[in-house]
Amino acid sequence: MDLSRRNFLKFGGATAAGVAVGGRGVDLSPVEAAATSLKLKEAKVARSVCPYCAVGCGQLIYSKGDKIIDVEGDPDTPHTLGRLCPKGAATIQLSNNPLRPTKALYRAPGSERWEEKPLEWMYEQIAQRYYDTREKHFIEKEKDKNGDLVTVNRLEAIASLGSACIDNEECYLLSKLNRALGIVYHEHQARV
Amino acid sequence: MTTNVIDIQNSDVIMATSNMAENHPVAFQWVMKAKERGAKLIHVDPRFTRTSAAADVHVPIRSGTNIAFFGGLIAYAIQHDLYFKDYVVHYTNASFLIDPEFKTATDLDGLFTGFDPDKRTYDRTSWKYQLDAEGNPKRDLTLKDPHSVFQLLRRQYSRYTPDMVERVCGIPKVKFEEVARLFCGNSGPEKTGSITYALNLTQHTTGVENIRSLCMLQLLLGNIGRPGGGVVALRGHANVQGATDLELLYHELPGYMAMPLRDVHPDLKTYLEKETPKGGYWVNKPKFFVSLLKAFYGDAATKDNDFGYDWIPKRAKADAYSHQHIFVDMYNGVIKGFLADGQNPAVGGPNAKLARAAMQKLDWLVVKDIFLTETADIWKAPGVKPKDVKTEVFFLPAAPAAEKDGSLTNTMRLIQWHEKAVTPPGDVTSDAEFFCSLAQRLQKLYAGSTKNRDKGFLGANFKYGDNPREPDMQLVLREINGFATEEIADKDGKVVYKKGQPLNTFGHMTDDGKTAGGCWIYTGVIVEGPDGKLLNKANGHKPADEKDPLGHGWGFAWPANRRILYNRAAADLGGKPWSERKKLIWWDPTVPGAEPDKKGKWVGLDVPDFNATLAPDAKNGDKPFIMRTDLVGGFFGPLVDGPFPEHYEPVESPTKNPLSKTQSNPVAKVWQVPDQMNNLASVGSADYPYVITTYRLTEHHLSGVMSRYLPMLAELHYAHFAEISHELARELKIDNGDMVTVMSPRGKIHVKAMVTNRLKPFIVDGKTVHQIGVPWHWGFNGVEGLPGSKGDITNDLSATVGDPTVFIQETKAFLCNVKKGEV
Repeated sequence: MDLSRRNFLKFGGATAAGVAVGGRGVDLSPVEAAATSLKLKEAKVARSVCPYCAVGCGQLIYSKGDKIIDVEGDPDTPHTLGRLCPKGAATIQLSNNPLRPTKALYRAPGSERWEEKPLEWMYEQIAQRYYDTREKHFIEKEKDKNGDLVTVNRLEAIASLGSACIDNEECYLLSKLNRALGIVYHEHQARV
Repeated sequence: MTTNVIDIQNSDVIMATSNMAENHPVAFQWVMKAKERGAKLIHVDPRFTRTSAAADVHVPIRSGTNIAFFGGLIAYAIQHDLYFKDYVVHYTNASFLIDPEFKTATDLDGLFTGFDPDKRTYDRTSWKYQLDAEGNPKRDLTLKDPHSVFQLLRRQYSRYTPDMVERVCGIPKVKFEEVARLFCGNSGPEKTGSITYALNLTQHTTGVENIRSLCMLQLLLGNIGRPGGGVVALRGHANVQGATDLELLYHELPGYMAMPLRDVHPDLKTYLEKETPKGGYWVNKPKFFVSLLKAFYGDAATKDNDFGYDWIPKRAKADAYSHQHIFVDMYNGVIKGFLADGQNPAVGGPNAKLARAAMQKLDWLVVKDIFLTETADIWKAPGVKPKDVKTEVFFLPAAPAAEKDGSLTNTMRLIQWHEKAVTPPGDVTSDAEFFCSLAQRLQKLYAGSTKNRDKGFLGANFKYGDNPREPDMQLVLREINGFATEEIADKDGKVVYKKGQPLNTFGHMTDDGKTAGGCWIYTGVIVEGPDGKLLNKANGHKPADEKDPLGHGWGFAWPANRRILYNRAAADLGGKPWSERKKLIWWDPTVPGAEPDKKGKWVGLDVPDFNATLAPDAKNGDKPFIMRTDLVGGFFGPLVDGPFPEHYEPVESPTKNPLSKTQSNPVAKVWQVPDQMNNLASVGSADYPYVITTYRLTEHHLSGVMSRYLPMLAELHYAHFAEISHELARELKIDNGDMVTVMSPRGKIHVKAMVTNRLKPFIVDGKTVHQIGVPWHWGFNGVEGLPGSKGDITNDLSATVGDPTVFIQETKAFLCNVKKGEV
């Protein structure tokens, strides 16, 4: 499948994408500008934050139904004043993208392919792996430096990595879950 | 970041040490704004980039020599009397006296007192203050005592002359002196300068000391806590700050509290005794820690069971569990199952070849991401036979920010809410949904367990709202913020908080279980509004204006919506602004204060990062650095590798250390990995003669997961490349656009040569040293039909070595060879 931008636009039907690349830094031709404002007039707008670097540029996300039609810099944002860089201006393709898997995928040991699986099945399997690994490898007590047996409640057989790309609330939930299970290999991108 | 990017416009001089124009372009507008207002921009970088093009002066520096450069500036400021004396005497520990046994690296040829060459550690007994009879540090406000921190600082950096900077960094002496005059000359009551940095300073075996050296320079010049000053840490991911605050890190718990160690913290009482300092705001740690335990374990945490302290896992030792430890230990079979959530270590971490080999040994792997990453596809990496990889892999498609509610904390500690714009397609869900679903299923599997070790987990709540498919993120934020677990009344019996009501300030947290709070520094982000509903300040959208240029109504900056940290330092000892030009907060003795009959308050353009009613002449009213035990900024501040930063060569270096006989950081972490998975090049290696540094591009994002799959971005670079100087290209007969092989003792990659003027050879200690630059965004997945979206993995070249304090890798300076063609 050839997915150059031109074909991509046709493919995804996301005519707004071309406009978003220009963003506020480019003087849109009057025709494009008129088309944009007309299209956005009927759209729903959500206030958002750019998901790329940590400058945290404010974004306005325009959508119709469950389709995002445009992403722009939010001019009210005091520290970014509505500007976006090329990555921020491409945010729409994180959502509208035919390369994006929308089903849960499973790859069996030694298999040469992915298989689509129901989400519930996946969750059940994953929970069972966590449970079995924890039950088999949990370290409840061990000797300290003085040779005394002390409670450590630690699980070393499961590691967790990520993420600086998820929300604060999600980070907190993952910290809580990992620590409550005893996980100590617990890291994200800030370390590297 | 101690400051706020908006405030950069108030700088008189800015020293950019990263490539800010390309990597943080939207924040760079404030640098340009400062320039419009007359500021000078210095760019210190091995390469000439678009940041250099905007700069008044570009200073090419050999990668891995930042401490020599900053140390040179510290020495220059002291020698030429350019430091901000009143600030240094009163607001830092320069006047404190150190144990006479302590000797600097100038005295001990690159080492500090107490080095044990067998254990490769320091005995830090002498790295301490002299105390008076009452236990307070002794001071000499004249700064003349030979054991004063100031005199030791002078002695430590006495070797860091402009000639030495030239020998070590490859910066011509004349150029160094020009920037030293420019940067250090903008100090004092009327002037300030800021310094920006990113991973250019952190990814070294001296990473933490690199940052310390720039902080020390800023303290010396009086640039912390003042408008236009500050340490501008430019982070790379949308929520790397938040994920750090909420502590997805092995060594801490949310809110920067130590993860307990088995041999140090056996029970809650001991933990709190050892971890609570005697001075500074951290004296409140027990309140924050107990509130965290209550947030984690809910009603299962009681006073009788030490609020569930036993359930927090205890680390076996300090030197364990970091990112690099993970992949060494996974390779060695310790780790059986692995969750990679929004992170792609098959490409993004050091020694990526080791990381992939390690993951191919797992029993099971769960990947949650927006696209099928190289980590998910680990079983079909080039050169791998899928049938040989016995790892079971689960891939769960993830929703980007646009498809869910939640908050992100940006590089200036600003918490901003994003609203869900659309519902994610198919079986795509948020990470929160996955974590809550997994936790609740596990709770079912553990239901009925009577083991004590499971009780904390069973008591932990993972239900937020009524919709299991979409947990209510405002309720999670409320738990992070903190709330009353029961009705709380004041001494007169008046109800201050109803049960469940969110706390307004971390000042209201208690250590008796009456409050819960998942991350004390976030308290105040969500409160109860006048209508009794949650008022989410992260979702505040009031633009900045003339009265409030820092924009306090837009989002919420932790802590307590303070936009410039340590801002008490923006006023003099008496509480007046150091100058009209640099005013920020000041003491107003006329306004209502703590009590009706006690007037006076800190007022101004920011929320005071200080007790708002503590008068400047009260005890400790003149000490701005409230998070430090001694309440002053620290020049002398023991880390594991020294109380002062000292220049060491990278573990892989083209040269002997010109400064001392101590070649590389004597306490750096170097992992031994079986099967020759972590071979290192020797000093001045003939096989690997060139310095390599890795870097990033505007159009790509980190390991490429959020850019290589997006045609709009992936088409903007036509190939993976190595940037090579004309001089080196001539020597190797390489033309622009040729395929070349870049190799290190760990691996090799095939990329296009980009021959440019932007890199020049360095003259280091009289010898020519070539340096190349290689971006690291590529991997074996991408967009079919766009060949430039795929490429070899740069991190296959880097090594598993680390800074001794935080174990970050050394990917900004190591050794390689370059050969024409694909070899």
